[in-house]
Amino acid sequence: MGLLDYFRATQPPASATVAKERLQILVAHDRAAARGCPSYLPQLQTEILAVIRKYIDVDMNSVTVNYEQGESHEVLELNIILPDTPSSR
Amino acid sequence: MGKTTTAASLAMGLAQKGKRTVVIDFDVGLRNLDLIMGCERRVVYDFINVINNEANLGQALIRDKRCDLLYVLPASQTRDKDALTKEGVARVLEELAASYDFVICDSPAGIEHGATMAMYFADDAVVVTNPEVSSVRDSDRMLGILSSRSRRAELSEEPIREFLLLTRYDAGRVQNGEMLSVDDVQEILALKLLGIIPESKAVLTASNSGTPVILDRESDAGQAYSDMVARYLGDEVPHRFLHAEKKGFLSRLFGG
Repeated sequence: MGLLDYFRATQPPASATVAKERLQILVAHDRAAARGCPSYLPQLQTEILAVIRKYIDVDMNSVTVNYEQGESHEVLELNIILPDTPSSR
Repeated sequence: MGKTTTAASLAMGLAQKGKRTVVIDFDVGLRNLDLIMGCERRVVYDFINVINNEANLGQALIRDKRCDLLYVLPASQTRDKDALTKEGVARVLEELAASYDFVICDSPAGIEHGATMAMYFADDAVVVTNPEVSSVRDSDRMLGILSSRSRRAELSEEPIREFLLLTRYDAGRVQNGEMLSVDDVQEILALKLLGIIPESKAVLTASNSGTPVILDRESDAGQAYSDMVARYLGDEVPHRFLHAEKKGFLSRLFGG
């Protein structure tokens, strides 16, 4: 660090700070991809829908499957929207 | 960077503490551990010969000339890395475990077969990282593999104990904000810190002459490796080499 630097008011952000920020994003992304959503999700959704449609007349979009990753847990969320007047077959 | 240097120094350090130790080179095709250990001219048989039953362990192990308790099992330079079969590695490691206190597996870089074999049977893993973005990222991926694809993971046993060793650390550059600090790396990898090895000329000097740098007791890197071995064996040793040497007023003013 030279003499002039002492009189400079603003310093650009240190490269280590930039490195850390990039790494944090990258690593979070890598981890999500590695543990990631199970590949069976789309098929699971189709099959659940097929089972429900055997009994209740629901349309294709009324079943949603969500997968969430927490710190130490995973949540598989199933959301089924039933029609207002369920018609039994 | 620093895996072979670390394997050599860790093995030497453990042996000097009275532990019967073997260090194995898993880098088939690019064998280098024998060079760092200074026994390259004494290699007759290698790890692959033992796996293929072309030689027994007693013939292939090279006793270190500086320490009676330390043996080196060199890698083959000519074979394909697929020669490391899981059954073969398991048999050799089992045989070694019967008569040695520590078996150090020097893993090649990357996540391919050699590295997978080096970590598969591990009880403890030392992740060697530089304070550099690509190195930290790779370490994180390696940790993922350790926790999912090791023998302990597959058998749902107690997981591998994982440690972090930060090498090529330049406290001056950290202070200037030019290098990730140990805290930055710890925040991302969240491992037990086994040691910080400062960037040191002694490492190159040591490998030039085939001496594990831990034997250079005058050097900062040698001392840092000694501390690391003590910590690994359970001693509480405060971390050193975290701060740059203080410069005088004049040298700070005029740079340097």
